[in-house]
Amino acid sequence: MYGFEAMTFNIHGGYLEAIVRGHRSGLLTAADYNNLCQCETLDDIKMHLSATEYGPYLQNEPSPLHTTTIVEKCTLKLVDEYKHMLCQATEPMSTFLEYITYGHMIDNVVLIVTGTLHERDVQELLEKCHPLGMFDSIATLAVAQNMRELYRLVLVDTPLAPYFSECITSEDLDDMNIEIMRNTLYKAYLEDFYRFCQKLGGATAEIMSDLLAFEADRRAVNITINSIGTELTRDDRRKLYSSFGLLYPYGHEELAVCEDIDQVRGVMEKYPPYQPIFSKLSYGESQMLDKAFYEEEVKRLCLSFEQQFHYAVFFAYMRLKEQEIRNLMWISECVAQNQKSRVHDSVVFIF
Amino acid sequence: MADHGGGGCCPPMDLFRSEPMHLVQVIIPIESARLTVSYLGDIGLIQFKDLNAEKSPFQRTYASQIKRCAELARKLRFFKDQMSKADVKSSAKSEAKPEFNFDELEIKLGELEAELTEVNANNEKLQRGYNELVEYKLVLQKAGEFFKAAQSRAEAQQTEASSQQAAEDSLETPLLKDQDSTADQGKQVKLGFITGLVPQGRSMAFERILFRATRGNVFLRQSSVDEAVIDPNSGEKVEKNVFVVFFSGERAKSKILKICEAFGANRYPFAEDLGKQAQMILEVSGKLSELKTTIDAGLSHRANLLETIGKQYEQWSELVRKEKSIYHTLNMLSIDVTKKCLVAEGWSPIFATQQIQDALQLATVDSKSQVGAIFQVLHTKELPPTYFRTNKFTESFQTIVDAYGVAKYQEANPGVYTVVTFPFLFAVMFGDWGHGICILLATLFLIFREKKYSSQKLGDIMEMTFGGRYVILLMALFSIYTGLIYNEFFSVPFELFSPSAYACRDAACSEATTIGLIKARDTYPFGVDPAWHGSRSELPFLNSLKMKMSILIGVAQMNLGIILSFFNALYFRNPVNVWFQFIPQMIFLNGLFGYLSLLIIWCTGSQADLYHVMIYMFLSPTDDLGENQLFPNQKTVQLVLLLLSLIAVPWMLLPKPFILKAQHNRIHQGQSYTPLEGTEESLQVEAGHDSHDHEEFEFSEVFVHQLIHTIEFVLGAVSNTASYLRLWALSLAHSELSTVFYEKVLLLAWGYNNWIILIVGIIVFIFATVGVLLVMETLSAFLHALRLHWVEFQNKFYEGDGYKFAPFSFALLVDEDE
Repeated sequence: MYGFEAMTFNIHGGYLEAIVRGHRSGLLTAADYNNLCQCETLDDIKMHLSATEYGPYLQNEPSPLHTTTIVEKCTLKLVDEYKHMLCQATEPMSTFLEYITYGHMIDNVVLIVTGTLHERDVQELLEKCHPLGMFDSIATLAVAQNMRELYRLVLVDTPLAPYFSECITSEDLDDMNIEIMRNTLYKAYLEDFYRFCQKLGGATAEIMSDLLAFEADRRAVNITINSIGTELTRDDRRKLYSSFGLLYPYGHEELAVCEDIDQVRGVMEKYPPYQPIFSKLSYGESQMLDKAFYEEEVKRLCLSFEQQFHYAVFFAYMRLKEQEIRNLMWISECVAQNQKSRVHDSVVFIF
Repeated sequence: MADHGGGGCCPPMDLFRSEPMHLVQVIIPIESARLTVSYLGDIGLIQFKDLNAEKSPFQRTYASQIKRCAELARKLRFFKDQMSKADVKSSAKSEAKPEFNFDELEIKLGELEAELTEVNANNEKLQRGYNELVEYKLVLQKAGEFFKAAQSRAEAQQTEASSQQAAEDSLETPLLKDQDSTADQGKQVKLGFITGLVPQGRSMAFERILFRATRGNVFLRQSSVDEAVIDPNSGEKVEKNVFVVFFSGERAKSKILKICEAFGANRYPFAEDLGKQAQMILEVSGKLSELKTTIDAGLSHRANLLETIGKQYEQWSELVRKEKSIYHTLNMLSIDVTKKCLVAEGWSPIFATQQIQDALQLATVDSKSQVGAIFQVLHTKELPPTYFRTNKFTESFQTIVDAYGVAKYQEANPGVYTVVTFPFLFAVMFGDWGHGICILLATLFLIFREKKYSSQKLGDIMEMTFGGRYVILLMALFSIYTGLIYNEFFSVPFELFSPSAYACRDAACSEATTIGLIKARDTYPFGVDPAWHGSRSELPFLNSLKMKMSILIGVAQMNLGIILSFFNALYFRNPVNVWFQFIPQMIFLNGLFGYLSLLIIWCTGSQADLYHVMIYMFLSPTDDLGENQLFPNQKTVQLVLLLLSLIAVPWMLLPKPFILKAQHNRIHQGQSYTPLEGTEESLQVEAGHDSHDHEEFEFSEVFVHQLIHTIEFVLGAVSNTASYLRLWALSLAHSELSTVFYEKVLLLAWGYNNWIILIVGIIVFIFATVGVLLVMETLSAFLHALRLHWVEFQNKFYEGDGYKFAPFSFALLVDEDE
């Protein structure tokens, strides 16, 4: 019932929405980032973070601190919060929350498969996996030799199984294949998530379709830029674009034939929402594109908190928190490697 | 305002006005800073101001020391964690107190931590080996069982087959069968197998994946282990399954190995030969017992280590906590440009000046500094914090006041009166000496165990009750008193002080409920005559009594409030408030309700209708009073009172804003001509606080404020008086409820003459009394008493916009942390 969420939403969702909004107010602010950027050592960062919500997670770490520890602990906090929310959630919110983690699941699968391809230690790879995207038999992925095996052995038990139907080939796994697999999976995942949100209806559908459309478009642009100069054919490239979003379908046709970054830019500038992103970049530059996209995304995610009684806040919160952890990682790396001049290159302020 | 200082109008009364405070500046040479702050923390009578508010925590002077403290605190937490794991209790503060230097402590803790982690690591390694061996043993046992079972089954099959062979000595079958069995035997040789343990929760998935990965060309046997085993890798207790996998071929083997790894299944070598198995089991058992003794030795060493840590743990953690708070305080001080001294600013009560100076001197001597700390008083217009020196008795009453708002600096503190009025108003609503005694016993229990309870942590509700034990004590005592006046003991009247004044007209007492009783003796000496109880006129009589009492109490308390506003005005030298607020307020309240109170007191026993008198005093003041004429010239008196009250309203409203405006103008005009006075020093200080000086004077704002204040007072006089009637209402409710419980439960049950019903009745009565009357009624009466104080009493004079004195003190630090 669109517009009438206020009547019934709080029966099941009220507590969790309150929780997530409370968590949101714990996100680091611009003032925090300013202070963090002035830190001289990782201990300073720890000291500053111990005054924030991260305090309890970092206070028991012995002093020679590493960037990985900071990131690990911050991620742990996110995972704890997520698990708490998932425990409390009822249908359909629990499904919605689970959907949020599928992206990490795909990344983890790809990480393990690529790692085994390059003969890395499985245990080492498992440590690198995002804890949100873990599933039971993830380590078994290392056994698989090709996509079909991958599917048949492991993934058939995971929620990712339906997404696999499009990319089962008996070809052996190689870097290219894996990358295509990742994008195909992601495409299927985004489309499925999009359909699910549409089914939920109401404000959730409205806001999530906007956020997911942005995500799909960003992926389309990234796929295009990354596939320029590779042997990926235009048709194959087009197959990787998700079938929704602002660029769908005409933008995709144009993106599919792009040969260099300036052409991509030309295509994108036809779409008013993306104009400001590209207008910030100078011609031929693609490094800063990621940051520009992140900034735009953060802006949109923050906006979703303006409306009440919908699930998109959970998605937005998880994304914002991930961005925050990325920021922290970047800042700590810069501090650890004495590159403080570059601190601002990649930090996206959330508020 | 701070300059005015003790008005000298009233005798010294610690609680009535908050302690006089001053802003002090202490300039401390940097070498004695730590010691100085430490001594000041021992005194705990100075509230430091944060002079570095704009600096982030790690940019401050002593950030590195704070980091060191945090590191030490982390080590201590680690010890505590280890101790609680090993069940070692930290002994309460030991008697001997060897003074620890901070640096020494740091080294010592570092050493201990290293030792402990090493011991832990060793233990872990040993434990790991031990766990592995335990698992191995299990595998050997279980897998051995598999093989034995398999063998016996195979033998059985073979004998069966051979017997079949013998029985069916036909021509067709034997050749083929022989071939089959030989072929099988040939294959069996090539079969490889892996044994190990897999966590029970993942065993299903393990089996499934194995099946899928090898396309079913695998034979898996599992058997659950009865007891949970400690996993050597994670060190956690897990339920596990022993498995044996048979497979053929190298590729399958590598796959299975990978899967095992992925599932965290620990593999162990296993010999097929039965003799070897037995030997290995023996070997493993031997190793196990060996390891066990080593581990035990390690554990006892660790326990000893923790024991020694536990002895001094409390002391250390206190030291670290103190040290950290000292550096936090030092970080609030601003550092001099020359980096040779620190400048502290803070509030302290004037009486503590000598103490602080002594501490400063002592610190200078003890730290062997050549320069002493400089102590000076700053002049400021800032409002100092409010500090009352309470004791354990007055503290809880002061908390009741503070919960509404902390008193403005040096304003009259309603807490003084609350000590008596609060429990009294409570008791008026809770008048029953039976219930009062119950509460008294409960609170006496708390008070006698005070020492025990104050040192331990109590639950949320218990904590609150314990904190308010003295309030509850007075509440109980007063309710016994009012209970005696109401003559109710669990709603039952007693003839305590003398027999009832009334008696029946005749022996049969048949007219007691119709015509009434006759007065036989003198009036009952104290409280309500028990004869009223149960009579038809009980309620009208008690209602009239309690209602009148409520109004008397209310008017008295509100008058007290207004008089306190007079003391405030006097103290702060504010004649405007006396002439244009206090006096008209007194006239207004007493002209109407003071008059009513007088009527209540003087005209007891008359037939006049006081409602009528009050209402028609407003509606038609000139009409004839008729039978309500209580004294000669009543009409004139009432007219005069009414007129005075009417005049009082504009008196309150109009002059004050205009006078304030005139005052403001005068000050501002005068300002430009004031000759420069005072020394340079005072000018400098004032320059810093100049911004507070020029407050904009908005006439409309002041006027509206006064308007609101007047309306509130005028309406409030009526509504607040009515509000005091809650005393009557609650007291009525209480006595009715307890009557119901007594008559409808206890007496009813008694009437059945059946002891089961009686016991049930008594139980219900006890629960109802405790649950409803002693707990819920207490709470509701408490809340109403609270409201009467906060709203009806305090709004007459109390500003409550001050802030509390929060000194830097080690004593408070401990409370905070626990």
